[in-house]
Amino acid sequence: MTETTSETLHDVTVTVNGVRHSAAVPARRLLSDFLRHDLELTGTHVGCEHGVCGACTVLVDGQPMRSCLMFAVTAQDHAITTVEGLCSAPDARVAPTGESMNPVQQAFAECHGLQCGFCTPGFLTTVTAYLEENPSPTSEEAREAISGNLCRCTGYQNIVKSVLRAAEIKAERAGGASGEEQS
Amino acid sequence: MKPAPFEHHAPLTVEQAVAVLTEVGHDGKVLAGGQSLIPILNMRLASPAHLVDINRVAGLDTVEVTPDAVRVGALVRHAGLERSESAYAALPLLRQALVNVAHPAIRNRGTTVGSIAHADAAGEMPAILALTDGVVEVAGPTGSREIAWSDFFLGALETSLAAEELAVAVRFGRLPAGTGTAFTEAARRHGDYAMAGVGVTVTVTDGVVSGARASFVSVTDVPSVLDLGPALGGVEPGSGAWASALDDAAEAVRDHVDPEGDIHASADYRRMLVTELTRRVLPQAADRATTAPNAAFDRESAVTTLSSTPNAAFGGEGASDD
Repeated sequence: MTETTSETLHDVTVTVNGVRHSAAVPARRLLSDFLRHDLELTGTHVGCEHGVCGACTVLVDGQPMRSCLMFAVTAQDHAITTVEGLCSAPDARVAPTGESMNPVQQAFAECHGLQCGFCTPGFLTTVTAYLEENPSPTSEEAREAISGNLCRCTGYQNIVKSVLRAAEIKAERAGGASGEEQS
Repeated sequence: MKPAPFEHHAPLTVEQAVAVLTEVGHDGKVLAGGQSLIPILNMRLASPAHLVDINRVAGLDTVEVTPDAVRVGALVRHAGLERSESAYAALPLLRQALVNVAHPAIRNRGTTVGSIAHADAAGEMPAILALTDGVVEVAGPTGSREIAWSDFFLGALETSLAAEELAVAVRFGRLPAGTGTAFTEAARRHGDYAMAGVGVTVTVTDGVVSGARASFVSVTDVPSVLDLGPALGGVEPGSGAWASALDDAAEAVRDHVDPEGDIHASADYRRMLVTELTRRVLPQAADRATTAPNAAFDRESAVTTLSSTPNAAFGGEGASDD
């Protein structure tokens, strides 16, 4: 990104998906743009940029937050997990298609929990954190858990199914049942 | 949808924060959680020249329960207060209201004190500060001061906080023994700004109501407390006189609120909605007043679902607003 020369640049260092990254950015750089433009991690999608759509949701120290409602300078020294980091979670497994997927990603693939995929990074991070808090949600709870994320394709039915399926897969993997699939 | 340039200040102490605020005056804005401020900056509805980011200020992130109050520091996130078991035990009303604040991802970042300092008429926590006779603790260049809620809110998005002052904490007052509370609101979409909301406290002494108050969301310019004592006082909850006392309370609410209409709901609809919501939460609060320790909280009852099925309460004249 080319910057207007008058703006002061701040050195920002954050850990993203376990890797330390630094960049010099203006104070007004949103965390979402920092991830996408400065670190070239374009998995995080930017929808509304005012906190409504949830597409830009990332985990900050494990908690889902809107990356469009945080400045990169404020994220200094925090640990961020983006959708790119989910595939290296301890409970991620390599699927028959060759990609490593965490239980939530696996479930969204199995249950057709996405169509165009634009909102998906936000759903995946949100649901990944939610299942840590509530490992066996009811369908009503699953619906409430995703209420802060908008999807204009699916009508949400398959996303709710995906949340419930993700909880099953997570429990199976925690039980070690599919540990041998790890390659 | 990007903020205009600003100078970022990251003070490490309250004194440093106040010093910067004093220096920059009205060109400065405090950034805590930013869940209301950053959308405003992104949409360029505001473009302050200086942001005083207090996220690294030490000592502002604690919840303390005292015999009189629950004190919440300026960096306590909504989610942190919502999850605090000691705060819940001392003042269940806090969690009852907090689960209605936006979505979990917003509550993980947004702060309760910031929401109060933002003073949006659609905010839940300003109404709760009022309902609990709360106080805002403020640090300024000449020392600290306390502002009672009734002197704090001046108008929509306007408070008596001076440009050089920082709200460092709020204290929600604890309620007398025998008090039950309840909160509910109705929004078009789960987690969205409420069209109307209400929190109530009901104190029951010797089986009859000895005090009742209500505070509102989205239907008054600034938080205000309505004394429902005249309507409900001396009545035994659930008795024959209770139903007509609730009618009187609903009538008092209808007269008290002053909603504005907008694209989401007309003023008449909001007035009818808040009246009905109050009628629903008062029995809940009365029930909790007698089932110590005001514990019968479940998420379902804190979130009002607007059913698409015709409902007698919503079927009257002027209610066909969807």
